[in-house]
This record gives sequence, structure tokens and C-alpha cells, in this order.
Amino acid sequence: MSDETPNPEKELSEQNLPGQRGEHGEEVRLQRGMFGANNGGDTSGYGGLVRSIRLPGPAARPYGGWFDEVADELEGALEEQGLLPDNAIEKTVVDRGELTFHIEREHLVRVARTLRDDPALRFELCTGVSGVHYPGDKGRELHAVYHLRSLTHGRLIRLEVSAPDHDPRIPSLTDVYPTNDWHERETYDFFGIVFEGHQALTRIMMPDDWQGHPQRKDYPLGGIAVEYKGAQIPAPDQRRSYS
Amino acid sequence: MNTASSPRETTEGSVYTVTGGDWDEVVQSAAKADDERIVVNMGPQHPSTHGVLRLILEIDGETVTEARCGIGYLHTGIEKNLEYRTWTQGTTFVTRMDYLTSFYNETAYCLGVEKLLGITDDVPDRASVIRVLLMELNRLSSHLVCIATGGMELGATTIMIYGFRDREMILDLYELITGLRMNHAYIRPGGLAQDLPPGGVDAVREFVKTMKKNLPEYDKLATGNPIFKARMQDVGHLDLTGCMALGATGPILRSAGLPHDLRKTDPYCGYENYDFEVPTADSCDAYGRFLIRLEEMRQSLRIVEQCLDRLEPGPVMVGDKKIAWPAQLALGPDGLGNSLDHIKKIMGTSMEALIHHFKLVTEGFRVPAGQVYAAVESPKGELGVHVVSDGGTRPFRVHFRDPSFTNLQAMAAMCEGGQVADVIVAVASIDPVMGGVDR
Amino acid sequence: MGLEEKLPSGFLLTTVEQAAGWVRKASVFPATFGLACCAIEMMTTGAGRYDLARFGMEVFRGSPRQADLMIVAGRVSQKMAPVLRQVYDQMPNPKWVISMGVCASSGGMFNNYAIVQGVDHIVPVDIYLPGCPPRPEMLVDAILKLHQKIQTSKLGVNAEEAAREAEEAALKALPTIEMKGLLR
Repeated sequence: MSDETPNPEKELSEQNLPGQRGEHGEEVRLQRGMFGANNGGDTSGYGGLVRSIRLPGPAARPYGGWFDEVADELEGALEEQGLLPDNAIEKTVVDRGELTFHIEREHLVRVARTLRDDPALRFELCTGVSGVHYPGDKGRELHAVYHLRSLTHGRLIRLEVSAPDHDPRIPSLTDVYPTNDWHERETYDFFGIVFEGHQALTRIMMPDDWQGHPQRKDYPLGGIAVEYKGAQIPAPDQRRSYS
Repeated sequence: MNTASSPRETTEGSVYTVTGGDWDEVVQSAAKADDERIVVNMGPQHPSTHGVLRLILEIDGETVTEARCGIGYLHTGIEKNLEYRTWTQGTTFVTRMDYLTSFYNETAYCLGVEKLLGITDDVPDRASVIRVLLMELNRLSSHLVCIATGGMELGATTIMIYGFRDREMILDLYELITGLRMNHAYIRPGGLAQDLPPGGVDAVREFVKTMKKNLPEYDKLATGNPIFKARMQDVGHLDLTGCMALGATGPILRSAGLPHDLRKTDPYCGYENYDFEVPTADSCDAYGRFLIRLEEMRQSLRIVEQCLDRLEPGPVMVGDKKIAWPAQLALGPDGLGNSLDHIKKIMGTSMEALIHHFKLVTEGFRVPAGQVYAAVESPKGELGVHVVSDGGTRPFRVHFRDPSFTNLQAMAAMCEGGQVADVIVAVASIDPVMGGVDR
Repeated sequence: MGLEEKLPSGFLLTTVEQAAGWVRKASVFPATFGLACCAIEMMTTGAGRYDLARFGMEVFRGSPRQADLMIVAGRVSQKMAPVLRQVYDQMPNPKWVISMGVCASSGGMFNNYAIVQGVDHIVPVDIYLPGCPPRPEMLVDAILKLHQKIQTSKLGVNAEEAAREAEEAALKALPTIEMKGLLR
């Protein structure tokens, strides 16, 4: 062990550190005050506090574990098809032991087919679509999240695609994974994401003539006040909440 | 030339007028006429459908030419409701999704929340063992309901009585441990609501002994029964390609020969320490699924015994007081409420305990922002939950990937080309629970 | 509805009321309307341990045309509501409704866009049974209370008079929001 003084600059250089979560993830909420109470005054004295809560940002290589292998394979397979990985993959997030690829919506079907068919990837099972509505993420409010499971390699990854509110179209994956049939119908029903290429995109949970898409953040919960003797308890979304 | 006109309705029935042409052409054009195909709507209220499921069948004689499912009759908006409740209150909602496998819903949700919090390794071992114990008992009770109602739909009402009799014993155990027969909100993020009561372990051991004597009755009544076999063999065929394409998991996938079980491939709650087998069948039909369910019940009993041996005294809630559910319940003179010891502690001795109790019950703990996917192997297949947190006390988005929802898509592939009676058998072998399908 | 409805009020009518009430309550045929978790508890009530057959009720009729009791067991979603009304309309008179569980009685814990907040928005309910889900013993208790109600229900002119009196009492009664006292 040489006794030269440790050089902090050198230790922190990018080659030496494992992939870190960037602090530049999307902001999901702006919290005001100590408790985030949105109905009623903040008596803690910290009422002026403003905090931006952010989702985990893009990760830098190396990702750790088998994530690098999958990312390398995917990028290589996409290049073979003539699709530049940087065009298809917006960013890669590694958080809480899970790998997420954010994909541009135009290339979603190609990427999914590659993930399914490439022998080193072989993500045969898609467990469905989950829609999420981030009203604070301007320009890409509606996210569709797919989880892919590889039975041959025993892995699980996540694909995330986003679409803006004014143009909520995402290509349908029913050609690649037919299981997404009902899942895409459900996501359309609840969020209004139109999956292009789906053969029968209709409402599945709500009645066929329902107006609106219930699980969007701008759709009210729809509860009614409960009447007691001499008092009323408001519906859950009207009560004071701490978030 | 042959012109087949659409039928005229007369007092003697439909009259077709066909002029000229060959007899074969006449027959062919009559066969193509639309009114020979009937669209039959079964449900949503019908004794032979598993809950409120609407089956729309286009029938040609006795053969089903097209089968479709209408779902959404039990849609409760649970996922949206979760966004207006704290993380712990989510357990009470989530439990009522697939109401026959309530512990699996709770465990999947709590595993997701714990992953987001980063406390998966801090959940005490005793809590994990009791979670496995309850989940395997739940597998038993869910398969019993499947076999009981499946048998009743086939016409064998005795099996229903047997299945529900055994299920009652399991419900007694649930009542002893969690306080409720169904929809227990017992598994909380961080551990369990409270510890096993005194006498709980002995009651479970008694039950295992009795169940071992009762399980062979199903074999004697159903497995070798020629009527059962004739009705269930080669019905509801879905091979491995079909399963993978349609995303079917659970007994359906295992009846195609693939031993895929999340308890083995992606263990959670300490499942890697238990010794059990994953039954499979080669026949891809309803009979194979039935045999798999019976065998899974036997394996569940094995796991329950191992759980009882593995129980060590210890806490059942995570140690971090900023997350751990603070209340200790006990039965008092005016019903169930906080135990007097707990009240003495929070009001008399410890200020921090009072603050924790107040803040955790009214506001709830905060979960750092991010998203996770947690999956468990429920009796029906892969139950996955996608949890998104915005750093607050309430979930931002919780989506359940319910196995019955995905498996029910396979119903069309199983039923088309078969007979109407086989539709019932095929749906029974998928075992959908509409609470999970519609959420 | 029949000869018994046209009898003049008096001793004969009250005797016929008692006899009719007794035969009607002794063989109530429930219609299968199990929706969610409460349906499972309803099935266990019909199974071996809590036996509904001792009341003559173990035959859950599949067709509403042959049933006289509809036990709405479980949460009624907006999509299911018209179906519920249609099944109720298909049942012949006399018919009764038990709303089993809090979801059927009042919407339960699901106070949101998807669930009808109480099945009495759609059908007239005779017995409300709380619980989530109610124990089988509670369901048996509700059925026995319904039996008592059926036994003492009036026919013909007496029924019209009773309905008129009930309506006047309800119009004069204090609304819930005006009552003072405990929240229960």
C-alpha cells in the first residue's frame, strides 16, 4: 500500500464508480409545506417549504448484475436491424434492483419483437400493460408500462413508453405478445391511450357508453358524502389529505 | 341460376324460396344463411358461471363457433380508490380483489411496498414464515372452492359439500389467527398486523392431520370417476405455445408441461428454504388441471408443516418505528380495540410512541418515489403488482396484473370448436374469480 | 293477485294472512345473485355447516321466474345495475330482497364512480344485512327476520292501508340530517 495522499478527484472519476442514479429524473410532485396537507393550514412553522419530489433518473454504466448483459444484447440486436439504440431507447433506469428501458413509441414493436426473439434475450412472457398518468410530466403524460419475463434466463425487465395527452397513441403489441389484447383494452378504457393496430379497441371494464377515462388524475373519484345523524362525512377525495 | 332468398316467415315457419340450380348449391346456400347460427348470451347472472361473467357464444347446433367474454360487471375501481388512502389502508382494499385468495393480494401489495421502502430484508423471519403459512392455507382453500364449484357446475353436488366442509376448517383457522373469515387485512407493509394467538400453532397442526385424512376422499370421489374423466379429458385444450402467447400462468401453464412456478424461479418470503414439488401434467386439458390442483393441495400441506417447524419466537413487524404499524389490538369489554398495555405505553410512558401512533395512523408513512413490480404465485397464476410512488403517504398508482384476467383471455381459444357443455368445464378449469378480473 | 287479495277486511282476512304468511315463509326460493365475496359466504351458508336446507331454501333457483327471494350478495357495479333491475323485474310477486353486505346496502368501503351506493337505489329492499362479509350466522339471522316479516305481512285491503300508513309516517319523520346525537 503506497502512502501517497488519496486523491479525491481520482476516486470519484467515472470509471471507478458503479452506475449511479442521476438526480435528473422527472419531477412527479411538488410538495409544499411540511406535511403536504392540501386542505387546512400548516401549523408546523415550515409552511413555506417547497420540495420537488423526483423519480429516479437515468443510470450510468455499469448497471450491475445481468443488467449490462441484457442492455448490451439489446443494443447489439437493434444495431443489427439497422436501428440506432439511442433513437429507440430514451433512457435506462436502474432502481431498487429493477431494470427499466424507456422506449420511443415509434420503435416499440421492433424493440419488443427483438426482446422476444433474440436467443440471448428471449423474454417470452409479457405480463401485460399498466398505464400511469403523470400530469406533471408535460409532453409525455401518459405512460404505458410493460413487464417482460424471460423463463429461459429467469429475468424480469420493464419497458416504459410515453405519449402526450394531446396525442395519446401508442403502437399495439398484440402482434408480438397476443396476451396484451385485454390489457390494452383496459388501459384504453381507464386512460384513453389509443393502441394503434389493436384489432378491437373497445371499453372492457366500464359500460360501453361511459364518458371519460376513470383512472386519469383529472377524473374525480366520484364518491358521495355519507350522511349520519346531523352530520355528513365528505367523499374520500374531498377530505383533508397529507401527501 | 340459383337464387336463395332470405326466409319468409309464415304460419308454418320459415320458408326459403330457391329457384333453379343444383341441389348441392341449394343446401350450401341454406347452410350459409345467417339464421342457423344462434347467439346465446350466458350471464352475467347465471348459476354456471364463476361469478358475474358474461359469455357470448355463437352456436351452430351444439358446436360453439365463436366465444367471447364480457367482463367488467364487478368493476369496483379499487386501483383508483387506493390513490386516496394511505399505504397501510391499501391492504384492506387490495384484499377484496381476488376474494378467494385474499392473502396473496395482500402479500403481493406489501412485497411491492416493502421493495419501494427498501426494507425487504428487514421484515422479520417470523413474519415471513407466517405469511407463507397463511398463503399456503389460502392455496388450499382456493383450490377447494375451485374443485367444489367446478364439481357443482358439472352436476356433482356432493363435491361441493365436501369442498366447503374442508374450507370451513381453514376459515376457522383464519378466524383464529386474523380475526376474520374472509377479507382479512392482516398482512401489512412491514410484517403482520399482529402475532399468532396462543393455541394457533396447535390448531394448525390439528388441521393438517385432519386434512391429510380428508384429501384422499377427493381422489375416491372424482379422480377415477368415469363421468368426471369423460367430461374433463380433452376439454379446454391449450398447449404450451398457446399459453405463452396468451400469457396464461398457473395451473394452465403447468398442465401444458412447463414447471414454471414463481415460488421456485423467483422466490419471495423465504420460499427457497422450503421443500416442495411443482406438479405438472402433459395433457393440456381440464382433467390435467384438476389433477394439478389436487397435487398442489398436498404440496401445500407439506409446506404448512414445514412452516410450523420453522416458527421461531420474535417480532412480526419491522423494527423501524417510522414504518411499523403501531397498534396492538386486544379484546376488551367493549369489543376489539387497542390493548390497555399499549394505551398505557403511549399515553403514560413514551412520547415517541404516542407521536408515532398518531402520525402513522392519521398520515401514514412516506415511501420514496419510484416504481416496482412484485409478483407472487397465486393459486390461479402469476399475481403481479406494479406500484408507483410519488414520495408521499398515498400510492400514486397501483396496478394489479391479475392472473384470472389474463387467463380468461384463453377461454376463447379453449372453447371455440367445442360443445356448449364443454364451455362450462373449460371456464371452470381456468378458475377465474371475477373480483380479480374486474378489480 | 288472487282470491286472497279480494277478501274484505275482517276475521277471515286475518286468518288467511296468517296461513298465507306461514306457507310463504316456509319455502322461500332464493335466486342466485351472488356477485362478490358475499356470494362465497352465501354459498357456505347453503353448504354443510350452516345449512339453509333446514329452512327449505337450499334450492337456489337459476331462473328468476321461479324465485321469490333475491339476495343481492356483493358489490353492484354501474355495469351490473341494469342487469340487477331486469332480474328483479322478472321475478313474480310476492318477492323480497335482502341486501347482503355493506356494499349492497350502502356502497360499503367503495365510495367511488364504479359502485352503486346502495342497491336500494335500484330495487326496494326488505332486509339490510351489514358485514364485510357478514358471517353465515348473520345471514341466517337476516333470513329469519325476513321470515317473520313475511309471516306478519298483510294482504289485500289491509296491505293497502299499511302501505298508506307507512308512507304518512315516513313523510312526517325527522330526516337523518336533522337528527342530533351520536353519529350512529
